[in-house]
Amino acid sequence: MSLRPDLAAIADMIRPGSRVLDVGCGDGALLEHLVRTKNVDGRGIEIAQANVNACVARGLAVVQGDADSDLVDYPAQVFDAVILSQTIQATEKPRAVLNHLLRIGRRTAVSLPNFGYWKVRLSLLTGGRMPRTSTLNYSWSETPNIHLCTLADFVDLTRECGATTVEAHALSDKGTTTRINPARLTDNYMGPNLTAQGAIFLLKKS
Amino acid sequence: MTEAPRFLRPVTGTANVGMAVTFDTPLALDCGRSLAPFTAAYMTYGTLNASKSNAILICHALTGDQFVASEHPLTGKPGWWITMVGPGKPIDTDRFFVICANVIGGCMGSTGPAEIDPSTQQPYGLHFPLVTIRDMVRAQKRLVEHLGIEKLLAVVGGSMGGMQALQWAASYPDCLRAVVPIACAARHSAQNIAFHEVGRQAIMADPDWRGGEYQLHGTRPSKGLAVARMAAHITYVSEMALQNKFGRALQNREALSFQFTPDFQIESYLHHQGASFVDRFDANSYLYITRAMDYFDLAEEHGGLLSEVFRVNAARFCIVSFSSDWLFPPVENKRIAHALNAVAAQVSFVEIHSDKGHDAFLLDEPEMFATVRGFLNHAASDLT
Repeated sequence: MSLRPDLAAIADMIRPGSRVLDVGCGDGALLEHLVRTKNVDGRGIEIAQANVNACVARGLAVVQGDADSDLVDYPAQVFDAVILSQTIQATEKPRAVLNHLLRIGRRTAVSLPNFGYWKVRLSLLTGGRMPRTSTLNYSWSETPNIHLCTLADFVDLTRECGATTVEAHALSDKGTTTRINPARLTDNYMGPNLTAQGAIFLLKKS
Repeated sequence: MTEAPRFLRPVTGTANVGMAVTFDTPLALDCGRSLAPFTAAYMTYGTLNASKSNAILICHALTGDQFVASEHPLTGKPGWWITMVGPGKPIDTDRFFVICANVIGGCMGSTGPAEIDPSTQQPYGLHFPLVTIRDMVRAQKRLVEHLGIEKLLAVVGGSMGGMQALQWAASYPDCLRAVVPIACAARHSAQNIAFHEVGRQAIMADPDWRGGEYQLHGTRPSKGLAVARMAAHITYVSEMALQNKFGRALQNREALSFQFTPDFQIESYLHHQGASFVDRFDANSYLYITRAMDYFDLAEEHGGLLSEVFRVNAARFCIVSFSSDWLFPPVENKRIAHALNAVAAQVSFVEIHSDKGHDAFLLDEPEMFATVRGFLNHAASDLT
């Protein structure tokens, strides 16, 4: 079974044998991949019952819960890596969540959709309505994505949280990933903030 | 011809309580006393495989018994967990060898206060030693050894059965591969102890209790035991479930009677719960087993640090809780998961959305079945 490209890019960031916490682990596809191919000690947090059951049936250790309320219970620096994949935009308090991730893990991998992507900008400019894209395909009143941001916004948040970007990868519409220079993330012209549909960050506390 | 007994028999009477094994080697108890000989009454379902690796022990709750998946000999009702245990069920007796034993202190054939004390040839009554959850588990360990099983595939239980499952993991971490504690806690709360004390006081206030020696006097404290059951039953269901099921509906009448006979359906329902319970349960057993639950605090011997209980535990845990359970609320169940996580044990935690309260674990909860089935399937995936 092949992994979704963004998950595969995250998997490449994880060192074999490390302790990994996947926050919002979904049906456990990434965690299982990491357990099988990299022999990691993997843990998950997931809110949806069907996903939790899928994880349990895969033999994964998963705690049904909510990133907003449950991360506070995890001690500091117990995981080599913490993963937050396509989830931060759906949290109540992204800043608090990111602070917890940086506290719990030595490295934090975050993937997120980019609201600064040119198609999103163009859609709002020409349509005059909240943009709907293939990755953000909800009406504004139904969307679980309550804290959307651009890549530049997210870089600002990581700096405010005292984190540095170890590496970054741009995600294209087609699902391919390209390693990018973190310094270019806040570049407002032809940088990833305009051209990437999303990105993956590997962060560490400065 | 045998002499007629000088006292009332246990509630089991001459009923067939399944299989039983009596151990002569004393069982050392937490209270400092020991029990010898002692009997474990049990049932098994399915077949033990050649490598003896497919055994699952099910631990019953406060008023449960060994008849997890077969007809109860006193009530004639189906087993108490036939939705979970049986051929093709989540705990699949076509694949697994399932063991369920009556706890010591119980009243379905295992040694308890209603059985005869060999030193006096009279029922133990209050001379029976106080037993703990750990003592119950010690007795189960003897039974499992007797069956020739070194390592259980899993220990599964709800409520007090979940406490036993946790105690198994704490006492015998090398003797099990997986643990499924459902709707339980690592310690009994003040509120739970309070409800138990109400039940015990109701039993002891019944004149027929006779200081615990009712068997010698040929009486049974049925009224007290029924009140205890009624009070406890309220804690097993959620406020919403009671409201939805009964509301203020009247029982067999058009208007209020202006008397103290049961006007409301909920009253009538509780009366029925109490009355049917006394036919199958011993009052002194109720005192002893509630006390065992009150005394349960898994972290106590580790200075209150629950995670220390599970240090170096290779077993896999799947902790299941229900959103509307106010007797053992999800937060208590989650505490166990966090403690296990803190020592890097393999633990999953599930909070199933249900409005049925604590008793949800005994009812038709498809998500619980899916969780347990998936977990056990994976735990058994490398069975030979």
